[in-house]
Amino acid sequence: MIETDLLIIGAGPTGLFTVFEAGLLKMKCHLIDSLPQPGGQLAEIYPKKPIYDIPGYPVVMAGELVDKLMEQIKPFNPGFTLGESAMSIEETQDKCFIVTTNKGTKHKAPSVAIAGGLGVFTPRKPPIEGLTEFEEKGVDYIVRDPEKYRGKRVVISGGGDSALDWTVFLADIASEVSLVHRRTSFRGHLDTVDKVQELAQQGKVKLITNAEVVDVHGQSELDRLTIKVKGSDDLSMECDHWLPLFGLTPTLGPIGDWGLEIEKNAIVVDNATDYRTNREGIYAIGDVNTYPGKLKLILCGFHEATIMVQSAFKRAFPDKKLSFKYTTVMGGVGSLE
Amino acid sequence: MSDITVHIIDREGVQHEIAAPTDMNMNLMEVCKAYELPVKGTCGGMAMCASCHCYIESDHELNEPSEDEEDMLDQAFFVEDNSRLGCQIFMREELDGLTVRLAEESE
Repeated sequence: MIETDLLIIGAGPTGLFTVFEAGLLKMKCHLIDSLPQPGGQLAEIYPKKPIYDIPGYPVVMAGELVDKLMEQIKPFNPGFTLGESAMSIEETQDKCFIVTTNKGTKHKAPSVAIAGGLGVFTPRKPPIEGLTEFEEKGVDYIVRDPEKYRGKRVVISGGGDSALDWTVFLADIASEVSLVHRRTSFRGHLDTVDKVQELAQQGKVKLITNAEVVDVHGQSELDRLTIKVKGSDDLSMECDHWLPLFGLTPTLGPIGDWGLEIEKNAIVVDNATDYRTNREGIYAIGDVNTYPGKLKLILCGFHEATIMVQSAFKRAFPDKKLSFKYTTVMGGVGSLE
Repeated sequence: MSDITVHIIDREGVQHEIAAPTDMNMNLMEVCKAYELPVKGTCGGMAMCASCHCYIESDHELNEPSEDEEDMLDQAFFVEDNSRLGCQIFMREELDGLTVRLAEESE
């Protein structure tokens, strides 16, 4: 069991800066994030996009801001549980919370700060009726073990890097690889695109462009797909596996079932006090929360985090007095390490 | 201040006639959200999610989709020839009378 003073769910910019503000109050933090790296959306969706509204930075790349935040919180030595998503929460007799991830890792803390942003990043699923019945029975959204596809007939959908990479990789493993794509052009790395075209010319990969999979068939296991091809009749294609690789999309996920008040996919908090939710000891900060006048901005998340940790301190150390000091007066944060 | 009229057909098939300002640098996704139509706009208008995917139902001439927009449409579903991302369509006078239909949501 991992024990900490403040458990933060979500390692995006708001979650990361929370570590700093909590650290100033000598609180230890631990972060959980479903992605394998810290940074949330900034690292996953738009690392190369510029941000212009971070005070003091006329412009900063999203990825660079994450690096800077990591540097800023390093003295406080936070713990990370990455690549796991928070599934359940239970309250203990001693007024603490135990949060368990999908992989069974348990975390205990007197306060929980949900800085979950847009939610958990999960594979984008094609809206085909009955598709979920074939999950793990022929349909996979993520390639975990390529050996599973050895000697099998595989159909891959998508036009991005992961679809192209797996097409190239599985061409040597599967008995048959077909790539179905909406357009005739691909957007992946140029050399991967060339490689796919080369494999297609050699007959090792079947390219089906201007097309999309519209239906799935089979008794209990997937055995056939219906593919809609622009300007011609639907194609019926026999296969053992279908890999729809359409990237990741965030959903609120299990947190939505934690007994918190939810409004339009966001957690309702009291912005007049400390961004508390309707459950005592659980706070929500950053893009994941909502209140009258809410703005989904990184800088607002930073503010919310700062206010919130003052209350989390009182829960972690009920007998200690909280004294506010400017970092300038402290002479940096080195003395707190 | 000049407004144009835009017709939005929601996922239930109901048509909404809304007034969109052309002098506020607003895109179609933002206009829909302002009128509380069911468009999420998850990524905030960076063409990085497809929650504002829609079909252009009138014959207005639009700006060509950028490479970013095409890339994102590759990850969307039920994409047709007239598919666009609402966040990449900026409100300007020439678009008066524009009719769009919201695409099915996928999660």
